[in-house]
Amino acid sequence: MSEPFAFRPGAALPELMRGPITRGTLALYAGASNDHVMLHIDSDFARAAGMGDVFAHGMLSMAYLAQLIAQVAPAENVRSWKVRFLAITPVHATVRCSGEVLDVYEAEGRALARLRIRTTIHTGVTTLEGEAVIARS
Amino acid sequence: MIDRAFIGVVSEPRHVEVEKGQLKFFAKATGETNAIYFDEEAAKRAGHRTLPAPLTFMFCLASATPAKRGAVFGDMGVDQARVLHGEQSFTHHAPIYAGDVITLVTETIDIYSKKEGALDFIVQDTKATNQEGVLCGEMRFTVVVRNQVS
Repeated sequence: MSEPFAFRPGAALPELMRGPITRGTLALYAGASNDHVMLHIDSDFARAAGMGDVFAHGMLSMAYLAQLIAQVAPAENVRSWKVRFLAITPVHATVRCSGEVLDVYEAEGRALARLRIRTTIHTGVTTLEGEAVIARS
Repeated sequence: MIDRAFIGVVSEPRHVEVEKGQLKFFAKATGETNAIYFDEEAAKRAGHRTLPAPLTFMFCLASATPAKRGAVFGDMGVDQARVLHGEQSFTHHAPIYAGDVITLVTETIDIYSKKEGALDFIVQDTKATNQEGVLCGEMRFTVVVRNQVS
């Protein structure tokens, strides 16, 4: 971070782009994350399960959101965060991570901020949405 | 339909070592550009004793060590072809580092159905404690099971 991020309600986090998510991306993520659910790595398995094709692990997009937050706060400042997985991320998707400051406040003597975070894919569909509570300093 | 008797079941403690090579692999697989996650010298320059685990890595540690008791893909009998991740949350108390041995304990908090049984939801909480007894973090996993409806 060259300049510290100004935590003001409504302030937008710098966007982060990831992907396109290839079959190779999914194979690497499956291996690196220990998540071997075949829906993400075996097209035949995914089709037989009625999914059409492999799709990305939701946790891959959540890992991207950790990188989004890291642009404004080091990981050790992240207190808690949560997402809902709203839609699947198909193979070949590009992922745009974005977010805003919802509010800033003090609690237990610490300056905190609450962020809205989300991932949106190239088709315009929001795939993950959630919130993070971080220490501002 | 998942047996509701699993609500309240607590897994046995599972122990898993945080492997440096896997952290580097995870960084590569997630397009990580922050060198503290794959370059030990960069991590040390940033004040870390070695490579830190990224924030979602607790989930990967749990995936590496499925429980024998109260396991979605084990004794609960869920077919991996029918699952979707519903929600995920993390609370972080202390960093997890390469070389740490993390103990995971998972409790099944809730199991419920929606859409007249077409979907089952399983909610599990996991606590991650390091080799010094420090609670590093907690996470809540909600998985959705798509049931065959005739």
